[in-house]
Amino acid sequence: MRAFFESLGRSRMALPILVVLGFAFCVACEFLPIINTYTKGVLIMVGINIILCASLNLVNGYMGEFSVGHAGFMALGAYASAVMTIKWLPASVFELPLAVLFGGTVAAAIGFLLALLSFKTRGDYLAIITLAFLMIVKSAVENIEYLGGPRGMTPPVLTNLPWAFFWVVVTLWIIRNLVYSKFGRAITAIREDEIAANAMGVRVREAKILAFSTSAFFGGVAGALYAQVNFFIDPKSFDIVRSTEILVMVYLGGVASLAGSILGAVIFTLLFQALQDLGTWRMVVMPLILVLLMIFRPRGIMGMKELPWFLPKRELFTKRQP
Amino acid sequence: MLYYIAQQTINAIQLGSIYALIALGYSMVYGVLVMINFAHSDLFMLGAFACLLLATMLPVQLPFVVILLLVMAIIGLLGALIERVAYRPLRGAPRVSAIITALGCGLVIQNTTLSLSPYPKYMPELFNSRTLTFSGLTITTLQILIIGISFGLMVALDFLIRKTRYGMAMRAISFDVRTVPLMGIPVNRIISLTFLVGAGLGGAAGMLYGLAYPQISSGIGILIGWKAFIAAVIGGIGSIRGAVLGGFLLGLVEVMAVAFTDSSYRDLIAYSLLLLILVFKPYGLLGQAPNQKV
Repeated sequence: MRAFFESLGRSRMALPILVVLGFAFCVACEFLPIINTYTKGVLIMVGINIILCASLNLVNGYMGEFSVGHAGFMALGAYASAVMTIKWLPASVFELPLAVLFGGTVAAAIGFLLALLSFKTRGDYLAIITLAFLMIVKSAVENIEYLGGPRGMTPPVLTNLPWAFFWVVVTLWIIRNLVYSKFGRAITAIREDEIAANAMGVRVREAKILAFSTSAFFGGVAGALYAQVNFFIDPKSFDIVRSTEILVMVYLGGVASLAGSILGAVIFTLLFQALQDLGTWRMVVMPLILVLLMIFRPRGIMGMKELPWFLPKRELFTKRQP
Repeated sequence: MLYYIAQQTINAIQLGSIYALIALGYSMVYGVLVMINFAHSDLFMLGAFACLLLATMLPVQLPFVVILLLVMAIIGLLGALIERVAYRPLRGAPRVSAIITALGCGLVIQNTTLSLSPYPKYMPELFNSRTLTFSGLTITTLQILIIGISFGLMVALDFLIRKTRYGMAMRAISFDVRTVPLMGIPVNRIISLTFLVGAGLGGAAGMLYGLAYPQISSGIGILIGWKAFIAAVIGGIGSIRGAVLGGFLLGLVEVMAVAFTDSSYRDLIAYSLLLLILVFKPYGLLGQAPNQKV
């Protein structure tokens, strides 16, 4: 039995087969009455949360910076896509992919600017900058009448399960390839010691720009998908509480681990649904979990570990940390 | 026009003194522990609620000064308790863990208050305020009281830090935390004391805020407390005088922003100012850049 699981763990075919099967299942759900609308909604939220969690993990886990502004990127993506679908684009098959790409691009552009700010400051001060960024995005949106101001917008419901699954796969694929590339090593080197990394010839600025922009891009993608499934977005849905939720997922699942991101997002979303009856007390329980995690298990469930399926072949048999 | 500006300046000093009181708590904790105590803004909020409870729930009407001292004591002890329970186990952990814990503690306090009191509450009038007029400018005795108490507390804090043994120990810890225990200074006790004093000032600020702007809710922690945090950063977090300077500067900027533009731009302007200062002076107006050794 154990040998079977070990060979399954090392199998290079398992993940592609799972992806194909998962996609087939999602398409089937879309056309056949296999699961009800509520379950479908929860599954889409799981997907969006996986994207958010994996993309924040790139900055907070792999690069070891502390960003609390991920909800800001989500807001940028959500509003950019909502403007696309409500005001600019006619209804068509290409409406959703274009809107999501546009949302991601807008977020990535702002993420690039934030990366420029991160050159001079790090640690606590970078956390402050991302916090300020989040607040600025929120109050800017509140003041722009074109975006509905505090009243919010009502984008059409376009996101379906296959699209959500598609974007989850794309996110994980790109981030996984990035992390195990030359840039990924640069990002990890910055986490361990920025000054030493710089001295060793790591291009710190390039790596930071890439990490922040990629993270922001997928944050925006998640926001766009969220806007096109939730029917209603307003500035309040992207406040610090939303950022904390993403942080809980990252630190629950595990820092610097894609398998951890998936696990964290799944556990969090299901727990969040299960605790629906608690009302506002839910917002007490979530940060409490975060505090307890930090005290007793600061790296999360899968911290610094990775499922063998995500590792490149050359690293399967080495003991090196990702 | 000039009158208008002068009148607004009085409001700015009132708001600024409240900001400065809260900012002091942020700065003191950063000075000794090099960590941002995000829960501080929620302790400020609890200060307002503690005052409300003391003023309305007790059978006897306590004198103003007693309420102020009680609020400071309660919030101060709560601050020290949070440090003991949540921050001390993480003293040696990575810095990020400490920030996350602080953020989490703040949200726990804020949302617990929200769950217990979902609707805004109104502060009773504890002080019989009169309006004075000096050559066209009006100022209420309440405003004078608030500004007076704030300045009194700031002077007392300055005395504590510069002239007493505890203050000397605090400054020593922020100067070099590794050598200090070798000199026989009880580090843990001094850190607890710092949280006690810092949170106590925050609680006092919460009470003064409640008196000045009687509608209080669980949201004022984010609304006002985090602004004070900006003030601390603008002044240079870790620097006591910087916190006061930042508080008054931010109060002035905000009041003028509201006076001359739309009030909904208030947050936008405050946070943009923060971003600008951090870009051009990353360690604040009076802060010192830490030495980074390889």
